[in-house]
Amino acid sequence: MQNVLGDKRAILILLGPALLLFTLIKLVPVLWSLGLTFFTGNPLSGFEFNGIENFQRFIEDPQALQALLFTLKYSAVTTVGQIVLGYGLALMYVFVLRNASNFVRTVVFFPTILPTVAVGLLFKSLFAVGDQQGPVNASLNALGFSSVDWFASGDGTFFVAIVMELWRSMGFFAVLLYAGLLDIPEETMESARLDGATGFRLVKHIVIPLSLPVLLSSVIFSFNNTLKVFDTVLALNNGGPGSETTPLTLYMFNTVFGYSDYGYGSTIAFALTIMCFLVTLFIFRSSRRDNTRA
Amino acid sequence: MSIAANPLRKHPIAKLLAGAGVATLLLSACGANPGTTAAPGSEAKDTATAFSLLTPAENPIIRNEFAALAKDQCVSQDKALPLKAETVAQSDVVQKITLLASQDALPVSFVAGTAQVKPTGDLGKSGLAADYEKILTDLGVWDNILPAARSAVKAAYGGNMASLPYQFNVEGIFYNKKLLAEQNIKEPKTWGELVSALKKMKEAGVVPLTEAGSQGWPITRLLGNYIFRSVGPDALKDVQEGKAKLTDAKYVEAAQAIADLGAADLFGEGITSRDTDTANAQFLNGQAAMTYNGSWMLANINDPKQNKIGAENVGFMPFPAVDGGAGNSGQWPANAGAATALSAKSYGPKVGDWLTCVAENYGSSVMKNQSVVSGFRLNTPVENIPPLTAQVQGIVGEASETLLWFEALFDAKTTKDAQTNVSLLVTGQMAPKAYMELLQAGLGKAK
Repeated sequence: MQNVLGDKRAILILLGPALLLFTLIKLVPVLWSLGLTFFTGNPLSGFEFNGIENFQRFIEDPQALQALLFTLKYSAVTTVGQIVLGYGLALMYVFVLRNASNFVRTVVFFPTILPTVAVGLLFKSLFAVGDQQGPVNASLNALGFSSVDWFASGDGTFFVAIVMELWRSMGFFAVLLYAGLLDIPEETMESARLDGATGFRLVKHIVIPLSLPVLLSSVIFSFNNTLKVFDTVLALNNGGPGSETTPLTLYMFNTVFGYSDYGYGSTIAFALTIMCFLVTLFIFRSSRRDNTRA
Repeated sequence: MSIAANPLRKHPIAKLLAGAGVATLLLSACGANPGTTAAPGSEAKDTATAFSLLTPAENPIIRNEFAALAKDQCVSQDKALPLKAETVAQSDVVQKITLLASQDALPVSFVAGTAQVKPTGDLGKSGLAADYEKILTDLGVWDNILPAARSAVKAAYGGNMASLPYQFNVEGIFYNKKLLAEQNIKEPKTWGELVSALKKMKEAGVVPLTEAGSQGWPITRLLGNYIFRSVGPDALKDVQEGKAKLTDAKYVEAAQAIADLGAADLFGEGITSRDTDTANAQFLNGQAAMTYNGSWMLANINDPKQNKIGAENVGFMPFPAVDGGAGNSGQWPANAGAATALSAKSYGPKVGDWLTCVAENYGSSVMKNQSVVSGFRLNTPVENIPPLTAQVQGIVGEASETLLWFEALFDAKTTKDAQTNVSLLVTGQMAPKAYMELLQAGLGKAK
């Protein structure tokens, strides 16, 4: 085996086809999209080189700025929610429910497998107002409050989108973090307990530091996914009202497929890619310290 | 080769440039070649193997009628070139047509974006959409298109006869006669009378004016009509030509009037998220007194399963006049439905036979089968037309001057901005001036 892996030609034969396929389906479209950022037009009208105009336009475009800020706001709030709720649930599975957590894990995980568009329509109905009043407004009325038109304002839509996304995804993060918590050696926990660490102190000084790698992976996973939010806001209120809940992805989609401007759409996609890269880099950098120190 | 000896490894910028170069080469191969487009009718043979028809999934009228014609009056044409109907979601039309056209795979007849078929649009510029006027004139069936419908199509598509009037819709306000009579309200003739009537209906506990607010366009139609009535029928043409701006006082006043309707809660609860089915149901169940809509709503009104208030209880009136305005209520907003273009490359004798049959029979057939008013001449008399449909048919026949809709002359992005932000206008989250400034800025960028 060592002889085979030591032969460069053998490595080339073994890796070549997979590398070629990866290049064709992954790198070529990426480079293509990067090239498009210097053009304007679409496949029907043809493309015209316009230098860095798309980048200048992106910087000066108030709708792009609004979409960027919404994307960051949505991503930050959702990530915090997903990690806090997911970690809370994972701790509950390990320390409270223990072996009886199977049923709860399954129930909480269930929304993860539902299609986002179906969940979007479900929440649209739950928070509906008017003739087809949803249960949320019906409950408010029963408690003596007047109905709220959640989807008439950006803040209302944002609130519903966050609640919906957390309901849908917290089970997934709970399972992810639960797997990390199971890796903590029982002996370490036991010795911490013998040293008098219980409850919150045990979690703070033993559980969190030892589950930090999986916690970090979850944060990166959550941030990168939520920065690319698309179907949630599309299904819920189509990025509205106005463009108040339009993230960069939806703005890019509208620009390319609605307004047939492939060049500017690719520029928005490029900005999103850079943003994902920077966020990941920032999280990695900030975690490069010795976690065993106080 | 060692890593250090590889120049690309040493210079990441060189790698980037190489990548960009590859992308540029790929792009240059991707652009369309307008010069290869054949002139309509120049092909002696048909290139199409079927009469492929791509229509919006949400509107079955055209494909249903083509299917009916294929089994009846156009049976021989269908035998020679079988009908093959396909659908596309309205929201995906521009994307789908752009990709099909760039792959030289356009259907024979297809729905297209309004901006695409104008002379300045991607299909118009490249000559991929045929000129129906030339083709139907050559076929000797041009007279089957009603003059009012011809001018409506040409006005919408920048002078191009890029579509056929498979539907000829006039728009106005449908009202519940019984509800208005109970409150002693006569058909409003002016904007002031309309607002008073709506306020009275609100006090009576019904939704005064229901609209599918989630769609945006039913509300921007009100805005456009107010502008046509106050400034005049050329108001939006003047904006397109730079003679006027949407930020001029008269235009902002119109936006203020629509914002005031929202502020007075005259659209009812949940206007911004109300969809078409809910709005139609509100009106047809008697929960709403009025709705602004197009004559395509006749299909719902004439359907007893949907209409619980009875077709005889539904009145239809024009958008009212604005006091001191330059427009009048005799000018009807009209349109010929979504652009349904013809592929210039697919045109041949068999397609010509289909078009001849359609031009001669579609008008009567669609009126008889679906009670739809089209812009085609009725060559076979149709009996038992419902009264409201007959009224609309009369309006279409007598209309001396038709109007376009608010966004008809806008580019795709400004159209979307108008329709998505109007919900902020009617809920008081965006000032009328700011709304018009947003749209004017969009128009400025598109030029």
